[in-house]
Amino acid sequence: MIPERWLNAALTLGLLAVPLWALWADEPFTITLATKVAILALAGVGLNIALGIGGLVSLGHAAFFGVGGYAMGILAHHAQTFQPMIWGLEGTKSMPIIWLTALVSSGLAALAIGALTLRTSGVYFIMITLAFGQMFYYFAISWPAYGGEDGLSIYVRNGFPGLNTLDPIQFFAIAFTALMLALFLHARLKASPFGLALNAARQSPDRVETVGLSPFRLRLLAFVISGAITGLAGALFADLNRFVSPTMFSWQLSGELIVFLLIGGVARLYGPVVGAAVFIFLEHHLGGISEFWQIGLGVLLLLIVLFARGGLIGLVAGEKR
Amino acid sequence: MSLILLIEQVLNGLQFGVTLFLMAAGLTLVFGVMGLINLAHGSLFMVGAFAAAAVAGATGSFVLALGAALAAAAAAGALVEVLVIRRLYARDHLDQVLATFALILIFSEGTRWVFGSFPLYLNIPAALSGPISLPGGIEYSTYRLFLIGVGIAVAIGLGLLITRTRLGIQIRAGESDREMIAALGIDISRLYTIVFALGAALAGLAGALVGAIQSVQVGMGEPVLILAFVVIVIGGIGSIKGALVGAVLVGLTDTLGKLLLPGVFALFMPASSAATVGSALASMAIYILMAAVLIWRPTGLFGVRA
Repeated sequence: MIPERWLNAALTLGLLAVPLWALWADEPFTITLATKVAILALAGVGLNIALGIGGLVSLGHAAFFGVGGYAMGILAHHAQTFQPMIWGLEGTKSMPIIWLTALVSSGLAALAIGALTLRTSGVYFIMITLAFGQMFYYFAISWPAYGGEDGLSIYVRNGFPGLNTLDPIQFFAIAFTALMLALFLHARLKASPFGLALNAARQSPDRVETVGLSPFRLRLLAFVISGAITGLAGALFADLNRFVSPTMFSWQLSGELIVFLLIGGVARLYGPVVGAAVFIFLEHHLGGISEFWQIGLGVLLLLIVLFARGGLIGLVAGEKR
Repeated sequence: MSLILLIEQVLNGLQFGVTLFLMAAGLTLVFGVMGLINLAHGSLFMVGAFAAAAVAGATGSFVLALGAALAAAAAAGALVEVLVIRRLYARDHLDQVLATFALILIFSEGTRWVFGSFPLYLNIPAALSGPISLPGGIEYSTYRLFLIGVGIAVAIGLGLLITRTRLGIQIRAGESDREMIAALGIDISRLYTIVFALGAALAGLAGALVGAIQSVQVGMGEPVLILAFVVIVIGGIGSIKGALVGAVLVGLTDTLGKLLLPGVFALFMPASSAATVGSALASMAIYILMAAVLIWRPTGLFGVRA
């Protein structure tokens, strides 16, 4: 058994080494795949704060991913068409402003959804988060101002001061840095008094209430942080594809985010990183062999759920302490 | 707006509602008795539709097609229960969500593999095609009226099954105390398989019936599944009566929202933007209904436990 800390360090180096190798070998597509892994892992890290620490099985996190994506899409769309938005505000192509907008808007969406859904628990919570995700999906489809079902294309990737974001390796560096910051935040949060209380609220809400803390507030704050990080990932994902569409809100994406956590190991710091990497690897390689690769993915998932409950990190690093 | 149009739309809403009821009844039974959340229920809906389309294509008989849908979905349900679902009853909801999500992938891609990516078509039988004249000079689709009838018949049948038969007593006993009925000598794993297959058969029937008015394609089950979840949340988990009331409420809200909301907004907005805002809000209406019920009664209209 390898200690989890060493495994995490190796995974970080691995995620850096692949695109650097691809840069040397001149395979820009591999860099794009690595960027996709970093961004989806970032979305998974967001979910992991609610699901892993807080035990909140949200099947609607695509809502926040999509809100972040549309924050980027709407700002960049107004900038590229030179039309002011509401109240005469200009659009923008600057990544820092877009990210801030994505964080705030998806955090607010999480606040609204969380305030309603966290009144319930268990199966109700799963079903209701799923339903709210669908609500965003259908709204995006039926609102024609920003492309409706067709989505929005952004012609040129947004800019970051001092970097050329069109260069794949530089854009990878941005996504990788965001992922590392989110992982750092997750680790600090988990060890903080807030994280400990949240973890306790998952295990025994009654006791947490007895010592004078409100499980509802703890969970709501966790849900907002979680939604905001997933929203940031959405903005980066939209920038990677230079395209946003209602499929960013689809319930399959919410399911896939949970799948990332499961493949890697639920509540493991690097669970979503391993999960996203394995998922993209399978999608790319099995997808090349057969267009029905998702049957294989389904069987793999079933085997992990039924027989390997700690996920892949659990297989290598052993039971969680 | 004419009264006739309104009545037609109310009937459409009812038809949509009873179809949702067929899905929601199975889900709520499975949750009530086994405590399982089953995302793959939509796949059983799809299995029913594909079985019906395949048999109708081969034999031309709608009755045989419905029979095939019931049999195929029940068989798929029983098989899945014995192979996978059975191992999940003692697990937490996260494992159940993941395992049944995996089943969706297997069912969807497997169906695509067997039948291809193109949609199939299931024709409405000649006896039920065309309009029928209702009192008051309303012309309405015979087939949709037939669907409403089937839905009501199933609701009554299910009610009788639960309240009047030996199986129904076992189901109700299983909902309130699992260990006790096992201790009384009832084969609980057989009961679970029967309940799961029954829910699957209802989903398959719904798929076959709806397949005749939509195209039969991979992925058709999940949107209906999510609406069935909304129905259950509104009605209360585990309650058949709640599923019926919730389904009709959701069906009517969706249909009438699409009909009426653009007109409501036109009262105080320019016509073009009223149509946009109205239709966008109409697509969200059932979720707003769900949120309202949730604020008022977090366990649903007829739910008892949290």
